[in-house]
Amino acid sequence: MSETQVKKGREKTAVPMPEQKAEDRVRNFQEVPYGYTEEQAIREARRCYLCVKDKARCIPDCPVSINIPKFIGEIAQGDFPAAIRTVMHDNLLPAICGRVCPQEEQCQLHCLAGVKGEAIFIGRLERFIADWYARQPNQEPAQSPASGAAKVAIIGSGPAGLTCAADLARLGYDVTIFEALHEPGGVLTYGIPEFRLPKAIIRREVENITRLGVKFYMNAIVGKLFTIRELMEEQGFEAVFIGTGAGLPIIVDLPGKNLKGVYTANEFLTRINLMKAYLFPEFPTPLKIGKHIAVMGGGNVAMDAARTALRMGAGKVSILYRRTEKEMPARLEEVHHAKEEGVDLQTLVVPVRLLGDSQGNLTAVECRKMELGAPDSSGRPRPVEVPGSEFQLEVDNFVFAIGQGPNPVLSQTTPGLQVDKWGRVVVDQATRATSLPGVYSGGDVIGGATVISAMGDGRVAARSIHQYLQEKGEK
Amino acid sequence: MLLGKNFQILEKTVLAPHIFSMWIQAPDIARKFEPGQFLIVRLNEVGERIPLTIVDADVGGGRVLLLVQVVGRSTTEMSRLNAGDTILDVVGPLGLGIHVEKMSGKVVCVGGGIGIAPLYPKAKALKNAGNHIVSILGARTRDLLMLEQEMRSISDECIVCTDDGTYGRKALVTEPLREVLERGEEVSEVIAIGPPIMMKFVCRTTAPFPTKTWVSLNPIMIDGTGMCGGCRVTSNGNVRFACVDGPVFEGQGIDWDEMLSRLQTFSDQEQEAQNHICRVRNQ
Ligand SMILES: Cc1cc2nc3c(=O)[nH]c(=O)nc-3n(C[C@H](O)[C@H](O)[C@H](O)COP(=O)(O)OP(=O)(O)OC[C@H]3O[C@@H](n4cnc5c(N)ncnc54)[C@H](O)[C@@H]3O)c2cc1C
Ligand SMILES: Cc1cc2nc3c(=O)[nH]c(=O)nc-3n(C[C@H](O)[C@H](O)[C@H](O)COP(=O)(O)OP(=O)(O)OC[C@H]3O[C@@H](n4cnc5c(N)ncnc54)[C@H](O)[C@@H]3O)c2cc1C
Ligand code: SF4
Ligand code: SF4
Ligand code: FES
Repeated sequence: MSETQVKKGREKTAVPMPEQKAEDRVRNFQEVPYGYTEEQAIREARRCYLCVKDKARCIPDCPVSINIPKFIGEIAQGDFPAAIRTVMHDNLLPAICGRVCPQEEQCQLHCLAGVKGEAIFIGRLERFIADWYARQPNQEPAQSPASGAAKVAIIGSGPAGLTCAADLARLGYDVTIFEALHEPGGVLTYGIPEFRLPKAIIRREVENITRLGVKFYMNAIVGKLFTIRELMEEQGFEAVFIGTGAGLPIIVDLPGKNLKGVYTANEFLTRINLMKAYLFPEFPTPLKIGKHIAVMGGGNVAMDAARTALRMGAGKVSILYRRTEKEMPARLEEVHHAKEEGVDLQTLVVPVRLLGDSQGNLTAVECRKMELGAPDSSGRPRPVEVPGSEFQLEVDNFVFAIGQGPNPVLSQTTPGLQVDKWGRVVVDQATRATSLPGVYSGGDVIGGATVISAMGDGRVAARSIHQYLQEKGEK
Repeated sequence: MLLGKNFQILEKTVLAPHIFSMWIQAPDIARKFEPGQFLIVRLNEVGERIPLTIVDADVGGGRVLLLVQVVGRSTTEMSRLNAGDTILDVVGPLGLGIHVEKMSGKVVCVGGGIGIAPLYPKAKALKNAGNHIVSILGARTRDLLMLEQEMRSISDECIVCTDDGTYGRKALVTEPLREVLERGEEVSEVIAIGPPIMMKFVCRTTAPFPTKTWVSLNPIMIDGTGMCGGCRVTSNGNVRFACVDGPVFEGQGIDWDEMLSRLQTFSDQEQEAQNHICRVRNQ
């Protein structure tokens, strides 16, 4: 820090976070940013105005209302144990949120420091303190629920289910998480790639939740192995939380959509993240990657698929997005990283048809150019097709990364559970109660789209379940 | 505490050089099983997820029966396990059970090779519902014919054929099938399970007749919960996920060429994975 800056007060620009060079990282699956050192974190923390809690503009924009000025002040003073306590009071999974929250649209959006300079990098500080805590010896004793504690079933081990489970365990309930897959974590495990969210972090968080006495029942698809009714009437669960996420891939009805080499983002990412196809053949699940891959979409999922494809050895990766870069729903940081790594962003382009050879292998995608028209209901300019602008790209793979809907397995086997026309579970906004007594829901299955909103839902539902069970007990 | 892991193999029988059966301890799955459903197993920490049909369930004994043909790496590794060993992950029952009722006409059950295994529980359920069962069983050669006694015990008529004539009639299953259909007796349903190519030709054979034809599809799967879309097939022009909408479908509407082609997606890597374990074993 130069003399003049100190005199003038705070640094205006954020402390940069060191990261792997683009040319190195496209050849490995290691995390891209290294994280702040203690000195860097303290320096970044000292830029914060430590606004008074009621006036701090950052807190209302955080879906779980972390007391941000308090924890940043504690980091600035080097009191890391206090800082982690402050964060964990409201957020159980800080190592995850610090990495994947869209901070620039949430806590950092209206930050006071951002008015005259750069907003405080709240997410990086949160990540720093969580990683610091992870390096400390774990002193928390393992707990188990008291005998006779009321039993609660949590369906799905994504961020919504994990948060709800942990909160209820802390309140003394006997909690069991039922998970369809062989590993816990939901999208954190099967969707978000290792280089953005190392799986060791999820394992650690799951380990912490296990220490709270939460049981994990793996390979258990509720609706198939047990129904909700059976859980409540035969197995003695007094309340249920549904956190089954959005596990239904959307496949656009393009000619050629079932050619070999065409994947949904879910299949592509699951093969690599959950089944570890990047360690093939040690791990036997295969994935076939050609020289040129096209990814349809413009959100985080598209960026993840594209950046993963590069690391799997694709020579060229093109993202096909129908609006411009400005409208892309992906986080800025992800777009930035993708471009640095050499992903080819083709904007104002929409795929219209997939072409294959006589063996059914994908060979090319035909696209049409778009123009931006008047704003649509979402307020974003509506893309309009330019007639006669078709062109072809030769590709070996094509990935649909345009979103997902709620998985219907549970709702179809749960009579009385009200869902909307998109299959999302309908809940009371204040309590997250569903149409069935004692059954609550949250996360992507009710229409959420971020890790932190899923966690927020899990927390609200835990509070409601606690209240419901207390009232029930009094009767 | 981690529940729902480590499923014990209770019994193993080698039925033919590359075919074996296993009873696995899985009481909850056994209780829920409906004929037509399958499960997905993952042998160990690095394992692939492979789908296998539930051939039979013993609710009292809390166990389910699998019948496996060794075709590649995972099934080879599985064939080396024995009673007392455990399988890390078993998830199910997956897919929809078949509709079982007493029908006015006969039910023809056509099984080819390992397909007789998934056929058996369905034929048995249909028999128990009071149907007249005609079974047509086919295999490449005598040694590869399995569950013959089981199938005979639930059939009113059983026709066996082999491609090479080493046992029963020397014919493909479609030949006796056409003869049965041409007898003029009422046939309410044909259920055909076997290699995709066999099911394709069974559908061709039954097309001119007024019978419904059911098939059980075996596309490549990962999660089995409808999440990845890898198991998609085209049925009457619509995309369907075999793991949640199937695996049993009305055969006439299936796009067989697409289904056959998609099965080949990973053939090079499957070979490589197989070579990998051979190398590891030989070291
Ligand atoms: C590739 C990708 C990248 C993303 N990147 C970001 C990002 O950078 N930042 C961000 O904030 N968000 C991101 N998201 C979104 C975020 O991951 C989700 O909003 C969040 O994970 C939703 O949490 P959830 O708990 O509702 O459900 P999920 O994480 O989907 O977990 C649901 C779990 O329930 C299980 N399940 C489903 N049905 C059953 C059943 N019947 N019985 C038992 N278990 C069942 C599933 O197997 C799964 O494990 C991304 C999503 C994807 C796909
Ligand atoms: C619903 C269903 C029920 C099945 N029931 C049985 C059964 O009862 N007994 C039995 O022996 N086999 C059954 N199969 C087939 C069995 O799943 C495959 O033989 C097995 O996955 C092959 O694994 P591998 O590693 O040994 O061979 P690989 O070398 O990986 O593959 C060999 C062949 O198996 C197919 N295959 C590979 N991976 C998968 C996968 N994940 N899902 C489906 N097919 C795959 C490939 O197309 C290839 O033709 C069933 C498949 C499905 C979809
Ligand atoms: S949880 Fe997310 S929104 Fe809240 S402070 Fe942390 S990074 Fe910001
Ligand atoms: S608004 Fe910005 S400057 Fe104010 S407390 Fe929050 S992070 Fe610090
Ligand atoms: S196996 Fe993934 S959707 Fe069927």
